[in-house]
Amino acid sequence: MLSYIIRRILYAVPIIIGVNVLTALLFFYVNTPDDMARQVLGEKNVTPAAIENWKRDHGYDLPAFVNTEEPGIKKVTETVFFQKSVPLLWFDFGRSDRNNIDIGQEIRTRMWASLAISVPTFIAAVSVNLFFAMMLAYYRATYIDIWGVVLAVILMSISSLFYIIGGQFILGKLLKLFPISGYDAGLHSIKFLVLPIIIGIIAAIGGGVRFYRTVFLEEINKDYVRTARAKGLTEGRVLFKHALKNAMIPVLTNVVVSIPFLFTGSLILETFFAIPGLGSFTINAIHSQDFAIVRSMVYLGSILYIIGLIMTDISYTLVDPRVRFE
Amino acid sequence: MPVILATDFIVFFLAGAIVYFAIAVRKDGAAASAWREIRKNRLAMACLAVLALYFSVALLDSIRYRDPVLREDGVQARTEKGEAIYSAQSLSLLDRAFEGMRANHEKTYSAPFAKHLFVKENVELPDGTTGREYAPLKHPGAHWLGTDKVGDDVLFNAMKGVRTAVVIGAGTTLIIVPFAIFFGVVAGYFGGVLDDIVQYIYTTLASIPGVLLIVAFMLLFGTSGYQGGLISEGRLSLGVFVWNDRLFWLALILGITSWTDLCRLIRGETLKLRELEYVQASRAFGVSRPGIIYRHIVPNVMHLVLITFVLQFSALVLAEAILSYIGIGVGPQMGSWGNMINNSRLELSMDPVVWWNLTASFIFMFGLVLPANIFGDAVRDALDPRLRYR
Repeated sequence: MLSYIIRRILYAVPIIIGVNVLTALLFFYVNTPDDMARQVLGEKNVTPAAIENWKRDHGYDLPAFVNTEEPGIKKVTETVFFQKSVPLLWFDFGRSDRNNIDIGQEIRTRMWASLAISVPTFIAAVSVNLFFAMMLAYYRATYIDIWGVVLAVILMSISSLFYIIGGQFILGKLLKLFPISGYDAGLHSIKFLVLPIIIGIIAAIGGGVRFYRTVFLEEINKDYVRTARAKGLTEGRVLFKHALKNAMIPVLTNVVVSIPFLFTGSLILETFFAIPGLGSFTINAIHSQDFAIVRSMVYLGSILYIIGLIMTDISYTLVDPRVRFE
Repeated sequence: MPVILATDFIVFFLAGAIVYFAIAVRKDGAAASAWREIRKNRLAMACLAVLALYFSVALLDSIRYRDPVLREDGVQARTEKGEAIYSAQSLSLLDRAFEGMRANHEKTYSAPFAKHLFVKENVELPDGTTGREYAPLKHPGAHWLGTDKVGDDVLFNAMKGVRTAVVIGAGTTLIIVPFAIFFGVVAGYFGGVLDDIVQYIYTTLASIPGVLLIVAFMLLFGTSGYQGGLISEGRLSLGVFVWNDRLFWLALILGITSWTDLCRLIRGETLKLRELEYVQASRAFGVSRPGIIYRHIVPNVMHLVLITFVLQFSALVLAEAILSYIGIGVGPQMGSWGNMINNSRLELSMDPVVWWNLTASFIFMFGLVLPANIFGDAVRDALDPRLRYR
């Protein structure tokens, strides 16, 4: 088991390096630091001297990948890639281009606001989806099932933007149940969190219920389920005791891979509700064209996805002994 | 003078593909039997009719030309060198068909079918004094869905969003299909180092969360390009063709982030097909590798392409609205439901509420995405029943 985990992690190393090089290519080669300086400084203030100044202040004044002027090992180390992108490998995110803030520090503080929303949303959404999916599977091929699926397709055809705007309008403005947006530290934050969490659950319900329902239905048609029924178990017991366990594998793929993303939160939800998490951090960086932050978030997101994949593979081996460590 | 944007080719190609499938289902074969399956599903056929309506709006909005500038005596105006002068504005057939809606501007907000403006303003009263009144509209009752902040007709704006949605929903997949087929088939059929390389590339690309990759790309490239509005000579236009089309870049970039799934599916299917008896047999008969791939492999992965195409359509339409909302989608001048939602966000906090802008974008988007979802499911079930439970 341990050797499997180690091998799985080692397999991720070339991909992490690939992601690092790809982001560096995008941010330092395709869009050169000169372009960056021009975009940040604005049309009016662009002079060659201003661009050089900006690059020197922010540490972009080195060659992108190979420094031919330096001797020996410095050919590689005295480059933008080595100074700016390689440190990401040990999670040194450097400083932002605009306000010169410590990105790593910012991520560590903002992470908690994101988690405060994403963890309850995630747990509640998965439970609600599983519950309704099991209900539809239990009443399969009845009107409850048919109309449930129709409702799920309708719900998943609505853009999440409408859920957010509509939820804010109806629950926040008309009914005045919750504050429309905002955030507070500690326990006071709860009243601000309820609305985004409810909306997050509703936005995910259509696609989730439909997916889990098909997973359950696939299990229900298998031989072992028929055997369980044949020996006289009640339908509920068959469904919850036998089918649920075996349906966990496809459910896990869907669920475990998204756990690491709880740290980064949701781009849209956080901006709408003015929650100072990593999602709104990214959106603000996009609007202020802060390339250092965007680059850090792209890289962080990729790492979290890779971690999610590794966690998924490991959880497979835990729930399904048939999966061999190959 | 005609004006052809890069994204117009996507719409034209899509029209060609529809004609091709219409002919293919008339012959006997796999396509015909799948079509019979879909025909039985009346709901799916109703959805197809709605989708056809949307597509025809998009097609009308993709055929455009610039009017010649006329001199006062009605003769074509020319430069000193004798070149004909054309208006900087290119109008599509849709613009021309709904000329009334397009050109009937009001001052600002007005409710659907309203005869007066939505907000009071200073007007001169009959007795010569001025007072605050709801000024009458220039075109009372003409705006079926009201007008927006700058007085544009909301129904017309929503219709202009159709082309953007269709191009993003369909064009994105169309652009990447050749690459996905090529890499998927090569990796699956030849195996070995080629397979490793292709797998490495798509695993790395898939590792970067789609929305963040799109953000990075659009931040870096999306600042230039034709974003709707007037055609300026020189930088943007090359005669009749406008290649630097921001919508095209958006479709391409969305494609780059979404080709990995299709490529993985095709690779898996090719691995399976390669070992089948009829492929082995044609190899034994001495058919060349490109011959086998062309005749036996590619036709048998096409159903995956079609399934991906219809299933991704609605997800891409929804994604476009979100990207335009974030401000990295199509430009503000290009009609887009994301832009409409973005504008209408503050309108809900006005008193009384301005609801029609949001409602219009909701109805138009829902009216496209719901049929696309239902029809997509029907196509998938007809082409590959094994995939039903995905």
